[in-house]
Amino acid sequence: MKGVLSRLGAWVTGGVVGLGQTVNFGASVLRSAFVSPLRGRQIVAAIYDSGVLSLALLCASGATVGFVLGLQLYYTLSRFGAESSLGTAVGLALIRELGPVLTGLLVTGRAGSATCAEIGSMKATDQLDGLRMMAIDPIHFVVMPRALGIIIVMPLLSALFVIFGIGGAYLIGVELLGLDGGSYISGLESAVAFREDVLQSIVKSLIFGVLLALISTYRGYACAPNAVGVSRATTSTVVTTSVCILLADFVLTSLWGV
Amino acid sequence: MSSSGTRDLAVGIFVVIGLMALAFLSVQVGGLSLGRQGGLVLFATFDDIGGLSNRSPIRIGGVRVGRVTEIELDANLRPRVQLDLSPDLELTIDTMAAIRTSGLLGDQFIALEPGAEDEMLVSGEDVVFTESATNLDKLIGAVVHGGGND
Repeated sequence: MKGVLSRLGAWVTGGVVGLGQTVNFGASVLRSAFVSPLRGRQIVAAIYDSGVLSLALLCASGATVGFVLGLQLYYTLSRFGAESSLGTAVGLALIRELGPVLTGLLVTGRAGSATCAEIGSMKATDQLDGLRMMAIDPIHFVVMPRALGIIIVMPLLSALFVIFGIGGAYLIGVELLGLDGGSYISGLESAVAFREDVLQSIVKSLIFGVLLALISTYRGYACAPNAVGVSRATTSTVVTTSVCILLADFVLTSLWGV
Repeated sequence: MSSSGTRDLAVGIFVVIGLMALAFLSVQVGGLSLGRQGGLVLFATFDDIGGLSNRSPIRIGGVRVGRVTEIELDANLRPRVQLDLSPDLELTIDTMAAIRTSGLLGDQFIALEPGAEDEMLVSGEDVVFTESATNLDKLIGAVVHGGGND
C-alpha cells in the first residue's frame, strides 16, 4: 500500500518536474532565437525538412479529407434538402477544426518524430557534447532552428490543407454529384468570416506548431543517450503531441467563444 | 553548393505558396478587406427578430452589403441590432430595414430598402423604419382563424 502511494507520488512529482523542465527548455530556446547569429541556413534547412518534404503528404491528405467530407455531408444534408449548404459545412469544418488539427497530427508524425529522433541520436552519439566543446551552444545551433522551422511551417501547411480540402469537396459535390458550383462557392464565402474562422484557424495552427516544436525538441534533447532512449523519446513525442494538440484544440475552440 | 541552391529555391517556393494560401483564405474566403475599420455602423430596433443571429447577412435587393455584428435588448426590452455595412454605402434616412427569410426554411437576413430623402444616414445612427420577422406560427394562426391581425 505504501509502495503504491509512494510510486503514485513519484509519478505525479515526476510529471510536474518534467513539465517545468520542458517550459524552462522552451524559455532557453526562445532566448537563443534572439542571439546572433541568426542561423539562417539551419532555419532554411529545417523548413525544407519539415515543410517542403511534408507538402505532398499534406496536399494528398487534404484532398482526401475533402472527398470524404463532400460525400458524407452531401448524404446528410440531402436528407433535409439542404445540399446547397455543402460549401458552408465543408468550409467551416475544415477552416475551424479539421485543417489545423489534422495538419498538426500529420506534421507530428512526419516531422516531429524525425526532429526528435535526429536530436536524440545526436545526443546518443555525443555530437551535442562535441558542439559544446567547440563552444557552440547546441540549443542555438541544433534546437532553435528546428523548432522555429516547425512553427513557421505549420500555418502554411494548414492553409494548404484547407484549400486542398475545399477543392476536394468541390470535386465530389459539384463535378461528381452535380451540385451548383456557384452556390457551393458563395455559401462558403458568405459563411466564413475572417476574425471568427480564418484567424482562429491561423492562431490554432501556430499554437499547435509551438507545442510540437517544444515537445519534439525537448524529448530529443532530454532522451537517454542510447538506442532505447531515442526510440522511447520518439514514441512519446508523437503520443504527447497528439494528445496536447487535441486538448489545446478543445480549449482554444471554447475560448474563442463560438 | 548547387544542391543547397535547389533546397533554398524549394523552401522559397514553399513559403510563397503557403503565404498565398493564407492570403487566399483570408481575403477571398474570409472576406477580410484591409482598412475595413471605417465601415458604416447603423442600429435598428425590431419587435421580434425571429431567427436572426450574429453574422446574419444584410442585403439590398439581394446583394450582400454587410453583416449583423451585435444583438442586444435596449432599455425597453426590444431587440436592438447592430449593422456593419460596407463603408462606401450611402443610405437615406428613410431607409427601411426588414427581417426576411431566404426561401421557406432558409436563413434569416436583413433586407434594406433605400428611401427617397436627400439626407443620408451616418455611422452610429438608427434606422427608424423597421419591419419585424414574419412569424410563421402567427401567420398560420391568422389564416386558420380567418384573418384578425393582418
